[in-house]
Amino acid sequence: MLKAYLLVAAAVFAIGLFGVLTRRNAVGILLGIELMFNAVNINLLAFARFGGGVAGWILALFTIAITVAEIAVGLAIVIVIFRVRRTVEADHLTLLRG
Amino acid sequence: MSGEAVGFVVIAAVLLAASLQVVISTNLFHSVLWLALALVTTAGLFLLLHAEFLAAAQVLLYAGGVVTIVVFAIMLTERLTGQTIRQMNRGIAWGGVVATGVFASIAGVVLRAPARPAGWGAEPASTATLGRALLSDWVLPFEVLSVLLVTALLGAVYLARTED
Repeated sequence: MLKAYLLVAAAVFAIGLFGVLTRRNAVGILLGIELMFNAVNINLLAFARFGGGVAGWILALFTIAITVAEIAVGLAIVIVIFRVRRTVEADHLTLLRG
Repeated sequence: MSGEAVGFVVIAAVLLAASLQVVISTNLFHSVLWLALALVTTAGLFLLLHAEFLAAAQVLLYAGGVVTIVVFAIMLTERLTGQTIRQMNRGIAWGGVVATGVFASIAGVVLRAPARPAGWGAEPASTATLGRALLSDWVLPFEVLSVLLVTALLGAVYLARTED
């Protein structure tokens, strides 16, 4: 049963990675990252259930909280970029190009 | 098959379908709604793993909080640009190759690993042991986490504020 959970988590992780790699929209990329975090949480809780003790739960709780902080800061940055550049396309954000 | 196995198969199928929709939907708003479904079905998986507290936190923070923030951000930016955001994918072939490769390598390791590694046998976690551990062994990371949350929220508000 543990392996079934791990395989589902790996599939969700790969789907999220696909989204991060192929999305042009900055918000779309953030959603892909969200899926990858989610897959990690499934892994942590599966290990905790099948013999890992309470540490998996604690790590998953921390991951959830940190993801919320990450998404808040990430979307604030997206909104600022919108105001400055009027675009969400990650390919067009070349302000740092020398 | 037992009831738990049936539940697992159904929830996993919905989770994978919703995740796929998140990354291939052309409407960003639909993507977010599919993400909400994926996060709620993940909470269902957590319930199957007997992690009721984490399932509640998942629904409250992810499906409630994160999805709301993303919807707000999309509406705000659509108002700023005055047009619906369409989104497309690029480099689908290479993205698919990399993602499939990552999945295949993880799956290979998982399938070859022993079903029950030696040294396992800690008692399954419960909400009571989680609470005790958080306020004893893990109290320092716990408090640092609250500082991080306050810092991140202040930073987000500072970044997104309007100049006046």
